[in-house]
Amino acid sequence: MHIGESMRECEYSQISTRSSTPMETPHKKRSPKRKKWEAFPGRNKFYCDGRIMMAKQTGVFYLTLVLILVTCGLFFTFDCQYLAKELTPIIPVIGGALFLFVLGTLLRTSFSDPGVLPRATPDEAADLERQIDVANGSTGYRPPPRTKEVVINGQTVKLKYCFTCKIFRPPRASHCSLCDNCVERFDHHCPWVGNCVGRRNYRFFYMFILSLSFLTIFIFAFVITHIILSSHQKGFLSALKDSPASVLEVVVCFFSVWSIVGLSGFHTYLISSNQTTNEDIKGSWSSKRGKDNYNPYSYGNIFTNCCAALCGPLPPSLIDRRGYVEADAPQLAAPTNGITMYGATQSQQSHMCDQDQCIQSTKFVLQAAATPLLQQQTSEPVIITSSTENGTSLPARASLTLGGPCSTFPLGQPTPPTSTPSLSCQEAADVLPIHGHTLNHTYPLQEQAPHHHYLTPEEVPSPPGMLHCGSPLGHSHTVQAGFYNPASQDSLHEDSVRGLVKLSSV
Amino acid sequence: MGLIKDTFHNLQELRNSASLANKVFIQRDYSEGTTCKFQTKFPSELENRIERTLFEDTVKTLNNFYAEAEKIGGHSYLEGCLACVTAYLIFLCMETRYEKVLKKIAKYIQEQNEKIYAPRGLLITDPIERGMRVIEISIYEDRGSSGSSSGSSSVSGSTAR
Repeated sequence: MHIGESMRECEYSQISTRSSTPMETPHKKRSPKRKKWEAFPGRNKFYCDGRIMMAKQTGVFYLTLVLILVTCGLFFTFDCQYLAKELTPIIPVIGGALFLFVLGTLLRTSFSDPGVLPRATPDEAADLERQIDVANGSTGYRPPPRTKEVVINGQTVKLKYCFTCKIFRPPRASHCSLCDNCVERFDHHCPWVGNCVGRRNYRFFYMFILSLSFLTIFIFAFVITHIILSSHQKGFLSALKDSPASVLEVVVCFFSVWSIVGLSGFHTYLISSNQTTNEDIKGSWSSKRGKDNYNPYSYGNIFTNCCAALCGPLPPSLIDRRGYVEADAPQLAAPTNGITMYGATQSQQSHMCDQDQCIQSTKFVLQAAATPLLQQQTSEPVIITSSTENGTSLPARASLTLGGPCSTFPLGQPTPPTSTPSLSCQEAADVLPIHGHTLNHTYPLQEQAPHHHYLTPEEVPSPPGMLHCGSPLGHSHTVQAGFYNPASQDSLHEDSVRGLVKLSSV
Repeated sequence: MGLIKDTFHNLQELRNSASLANKVFIQRDYSEGTTCKFQTKFPSELENRIERTLFEDTVKTLNNFYAEAEKIGGHSYLEGCLACVTAYLIFLCMETRYEKVLKKIAKYIQEQNEKIYAPRGLLITDPIERGMRVIEISIYEDRGSSGSSSGSSSVSGSTAR
C-alpha cells in the first residue's frame, strides 16, 4: 500500500524520443558516458561531438573545397574590381550569393546523415533468422541469398537481406561498401563531397551541383568578358599579363563546366523520373528489361517528381548520433559475437569499469527508464544503494552489484570478460557472414548458458529458484529474463521495465 | 482518481511479476512504396494477450500518423521552399513537420501503453528507436510467485524513499 503512496508522490522526467539529450541524473557525471557516435558500427567519421558525419576518405572533399575557394577567391580579388567598375557592381553581388549558396549546400551534403539505417538489434536479427529458418526449413547450412518479394504499385520488387546490418533492406535502400552502412534511397557514394548521397541529403547534393554549374558558368563567362574587355583596351597579351589569375580560373572552369553541367543534367533527368543513380545504372526500371517494367515510385508527371524530391518532407536522422550509449538492456535472444557491435563495445566498456561505476551504471539504467508513463520519479538508485549497504541484498540484485561479477555486468553479453575490445568483435562481425551465422544462431543457448552460469549462480548465494538462469537451455527467452529480475523488481514502476526495453535500442 | 489507482495497480502488478518473455516485431509494409507503413497482420504470439481490433487500431493510427508526416502537399512544399530560401537556417528555430508528428506519435504510444498494452502485459517500443524498421512489442509474463521475488519486492518497498 505504501508503495502506491510513494508512487504517487513522485514525479518524473519525460524521455524525448530522439533522446539526444542525456538523462538528468546526478550520477551521470561520475560514470563516463559514451555517445552513440563513438560506438557507431559503420565506417564513418564524426566531428563536433557527433554533429558532423562524413565518410572515411575525405581527401577528395578537401580538394573540392580548395578548388571552389581558390577559384572564387581569385575571381573576387582580381576580376571583380574591373567588372564592377566597367560593367556593374551587381556582378560581384550575384557571384557572392552563388558562392555562399554553393558552399552552404556542399557543407550540408557532406556533413549530414544521408539516411543511414541503424543495424538491427540482436532480438530483431534473431527474429528474422527464425522466420527465415522457418521458411527455408533450417538446413543448418548457409542458405542461399535471402530475398523477399514485395509488390509495389503493381511492380514486383525484390528486397535483399543485408548480412552486415542484419535487416531486409527497404526498397531503394542499398549498402554502401565504403561506409559500411545501409542507406535509404541510396543514390551513390560521392567522393567529391566525402559522403554517401541518400534520402536525406539528395536535395542538398542536387542544389550543390546545380548552383555549382551556375557558378562555374558565371565565373567562366565573366572572366572571359574581363579578358576580352581589357584586351580591347590594352591588347590581348598585356591583358593576360595583368591578371594571370584569370587564366587559371578559365582553365579550372573550362574543365569543370563539362563534368558539372553534365552531372546536373543527369540528375535533373533522374529527379524528373524519380530514379536513383543506382537504379539507373542497373537499369532496374528500364523498358529494355521487359514490356511491363516501369518505375513504381514515379508520380507520373515530371513536376510532381521534382517537387517530391526537392520540396518533400525531410525525414529525421534514424541514427541518434549524439545520444548516450545506454547500458545493456533486457534482451531475449543471446546476441552472438558478430551481431552486436554496440554490445561488444558496451561489454568492453563495462569490463573496464570498477564496481562503483557498475553500480552507477545500473542506477543510470534504471533512472534512464523514467518514461512518461506514470509521471513519477524513479527511485531505483535509492533502492540499490540501500541494498548494497544493507548487505542483505537479494541475490538477483547482488548479482549486479558484487565486485566479482562486475566484469559480468554486461547483462548477458556473450563476450567473456577477458575479450578484447571492439576490434575483435568487428572482426567477428566481418567474419560472421562468411562462416554462416546460422551456426551462431542455432546454438545461442549453449553459447549463452556458460556465461550465465559464470555470471550468477556461483557468485551469488541465491536460492536457485530465484534466477531463471537455472534453466537457460529450456527457454531462450527467459535466459536474460532471470538476470533482469532485479531491474524489473527493484523499480516500483512499470516504466522502468519499458525503459529497459527502450534501452535495447542500442 | 479511481482510474489512476487502477492504472497504478495494473502497472504495479505488471512490474511486480513481469519478466520479459518474448518480443514480437511488426514489420514494414512496402506495398505502397517507401512510405512508412506497418503491417496490420495480427501476430500469433499476441493471440490471447490482446484483442485483434485494439491491435489493428493502434497500428492503423500509427500508419496514419506516418502518412501525415510524409505527406507531400501544400504544407510540405511551403516548408521546403522556405527552408531552401533561408538556406535551411530556419530549422534552427523551427521544427520540421516530421519532427512534430514524431512527437505526437511518441505521445500516442505512451498513451496506448498506459491504457491498453501495459495492463495486458505488453509494451510497444516507438519505431523511431528501431530505425523505423519494426514496431517492437515486448511481451511480459507473470513469473509466478516465488518466495524471493515477493521478498524482494517487499524489501524494495520498504527501502523506497
